[in-house]
Amino acid sequence: MKDVNAIELRNISKRFGKVVANDQINLSVRNGEILAILGENGSGKTTLMNMISGIYYPDEGQIFVNGEEVTIRSPKDAFPLGIGMIHQHFKLVDVLTAAENIVLGLSGPTRLDITAVATRISKLAHKYGFDIDPFKKIYEMSVSEKQTVEIVKMLYRGANILILDEPTAVLTPQETDRLFAVLRNMRDDGNAIIIITHKLNEVLALSDRVAVLHKGRYVGTVETADATVALLTEMMVGKKVELNIDRPDPVNPETRLVVKDITCVNKDGVITLNHASFTAMGGEILGIAGVAGSGQRELLEAIAGLTPKESGEIDYYPPGQPMREISGLSAVEISRLGIKLSFVPEDRLGMGLVGPMDMVDNMMIRSYRKGGFFWADRRSPRTLAEHIISELEVATPGVSTPVGKLSGGNVQKVLVGREISSAPAVLMVAYPVRGLDINSSYTIYRLLNEQKKRGVAVLCVGEDLDVLLALCDRILVLCDGRVTGVVDARTATKEQVGLLMTHTERRPGDGKADSRRA
Amino acid sequence: MAKQIHGAREPLMHITKRQECSFLKAALIRLAAVALALVVCAGVIVALTGLNPVQVYASIIDGAVGSNRRLWVTLRDAVALLLVAVAITPAFKMRFWNVGGEGQVLVGATATAAVMIYLGGALPGWLLLIAMALASVLAGVIWGVIPALFKAGWNTNETLFTLMMNYIATQLVLFCVVFWENPAGSNTVGLIHPDTQAGWMPALFGLKYGWSLVIVVAIAAFMYVYLRYSKQGYEIAYVGQSVNTARYAGISVKKVIIRTMAISGGLCGLAGFLLVSSTSHTISEALAGGRGFTAIVVAWLSKLNTFTMMAVAFLLTFMGKGALQIASQFNLNENASEIITGIILFFVLGCEFFINYKVEFRRRKED
Repeated sequence: MKDVNAIELRNISKRFGKVVANDQINLSVRNGEILAILGENGSGKTTLMNMISGIYYPDEGQIFVNGEEVTIRSPKDAFPLGIGMIHQHFKLVDVLTAAENIVLGLSGPTRLDITAVATRISKLAHKYGFDIDPFKKIYEMSVSEKQTVEIVKMLYRGANILILDEPTAVLTPQETDRLFAVLRNMRDDGNAIIIITHKLNEVLALSDRVAVLHKGRYVGTVETADATVALLTEMMVGKKVELNIDRPDPVNPETRLVVKDITCVNKDGVITLNHASFTAMGGEILGIAGVAGSGQRELLEAIAGLTPKESGEIDYYPPGQPMREISGLSAVEISRLGIKLSFVPEDRLGMGLVGPMDMVDNMMIRSYRKGGFFWADRRSPRTLAEHIISELEVATPGVSTPVGKLSGGNVQKVLVGREISSAPAVLMVAYPVRGLDINSSYTIYRLLNEQKKRGVAVLCVGEDLDVLLALCDRILVLCDGRVTGVVDARTATKEQVGLLMTHTERRPGDGKADSRRA
Repeated sequence: MAKQIHGAREPLMHITKRQECSFLKAALIRLAAVALALVVCAGVIVALTGLNPVQVYASIIDGAVGSNRRLWVTLRDAVALLLVAVAITPAFKMRFWNVGGEGQVLVGATATAAVMIYLGGALPGWLLLIAMALASVLAGVIWGVIPALFKAGWNTNETLFTLMMNYIATQLVLFCVVFWENPAGSNTVGLIHPDTQAGWMPALFGLKYGWSLVIVVAIAAFMYVYLRYSKQGYEIAYVGQSVNTARYAGISVKKVIIRTMAISGGLCGLAGFLLVSSTSHTISEALAGGRGFTAIVVAWLSKLNTFTMMAVAFLLTFMGKGALQIASQFNLNENASEIITGIILFFVLGCEFFINYKVEFRRRKED
């Protein structure tokens, strides 16, 4: 079957109102092949895949499956064709087991033989190298286990054309490796696999061919063997991009924030931060690395006065003024004392900004207390919003457009713009470029560097170690709520940081890494 | 299996979200919905009763605003409904589902009646009215703040909590009626101070319900400004949109919940004061008359805009009064007009779908 395309798209177009999401796209994937679809946010990757899986219907164009033209009006039409899509947001019933979720909605005999189902699941798992417990409930599962259930669900239904939408966005590096191994097994078994992503290194590591989209248009397909990061970036962005992150040397770094021995416990009584101590200097960028959920969020929120601490002390050294202890103060009290602390949280539209509100109202989240006794001041936030739009080149129809309607990069520009507008002494950012395209990412790096040059102490929580190593001056590594090390980002290696990230875990993999070092 | 799918046609129609809908277009869609509703209602009337629908409509208008007195009664009731709707608006803006307007109105009314009965002769007229108003607000605040305290402290479900408080309020009124019944054995309170009219709302500019109208419209206008332009209004909006954002902004979420429910409950209590002092001059457990619930419809139909609420409250009261009229005039069951109101609401609410989405039909393709 190698010569027949599993899926072929011819001149597919899709419009939403005036927006052209896909414009005359031609694409094909063969059986026994992994095709990566690469493109920036909003380039139409997900829309295109949704048309193959029947969620949208194309305005124009033809779809061929195994050489035959088909009409896919709903996911119900896609299943019999062997097309299965694994979405970014899982569609599973929490209180049911893996096996129950997998057979949910399938027709079959009146009496359900769940052990037979489990056996078949185990066979599939064994065949491709999955790790799955059919009787485990979904709510007890980690994100990666849930993803496995989604994939097995598709295979169980006989899917042989699998589409995965940004499958690695929620996975740790180790889980990503395991997923890729499974996908390779499935490819070798003759399945066609389409993976949507904007991470270049994953594309190069996994795929056989890469199709690139740019602003809803099809740019081209290249063999992965012939592709380089520079080539793919150019195709994806539409122009040559300088991929080096600037890192000026710190000028007169001075102590700005000293965190001494802080411990936090969450609502469920789990220790999220365990006697963490460190110093942040003005004029440098301190990176914070760690596997997701190692206490990064709690660390920033504790400093910002949003999470209560069990014990420990946080001291703030204002430029040219005596030290002030800020531990135990709430966010309001901190800002009332005139302490210039800015915070770009991880959850941009759920915490930093309000999606349905316009830019002016979102500027006011920080400034609404100013103004008279009763009236909120609306004039200066409007000026600030207009300033941010022109300064950071935010693509928006105007200040009164709801922020939630903007693209991810523009949302982040609005948030970062507001936070740096208060001329902070400390700037904390969590995952500042998550989900952003390359151009927006570099804008954010530039803004962080500008703040650093102004003498601001920048704390940057990140997930991409390559970026942290290129951008930061020092990197603090968290593991299970403990500070396992602070390294010089100019000399440290990725392996060194990776090892600190899994410091307390004693997995077989660690032993291997240790022996390699020895 | 693929064969089955092969040759299947494009779906007949599909629904897409509108990017934006101009004000004029939205107004036209709404107008069309009302017109369509009236046509459907006419059809239903003819089918069920064989009456001339034009006559029925005329009778509705006559019943609601046909005479000076009828117009003022309709206005009086619309104003009471409007005040309750305005009262629950800040809570809904905070996404605090206050379905306890009914109970808050009742306790406000009970406090009003208590002051009226016990201090009726003791205070000069204007002071008595102020005392009654303050007592009603205080009672409403207490009734509103209790669920807010539990919500703020233990994150209890406010919908259930406020709903249950309604039943307690009803029982409280029944309990008080035992003490205040007049004449004895009637199990009703009867008119309070029918001879001295102490505590009865006086006329304004010769208009019997002038004060109510002025007070409520002023409160509605104030609420509009309060929610849109004041600092506290912003706090309410942030808490309603996202508790995390509110915390991030340094807002004390608990304080805002309690303060907002105090405002909401207090204004509901004041509605109780108007109902006793201006409208009924007595108290019974049926005094609130479902306004606490109808007000929710009014508030959401108006998208929490207090000026729109004036029109919606009037429209609903108008239909209600018209209903009574056609019931007596054509010997119909009162439910007949509820059907008409229901059909109109169905179309008015349903047209929002066409304002937010549009339906595209399959285009003919040249093969």
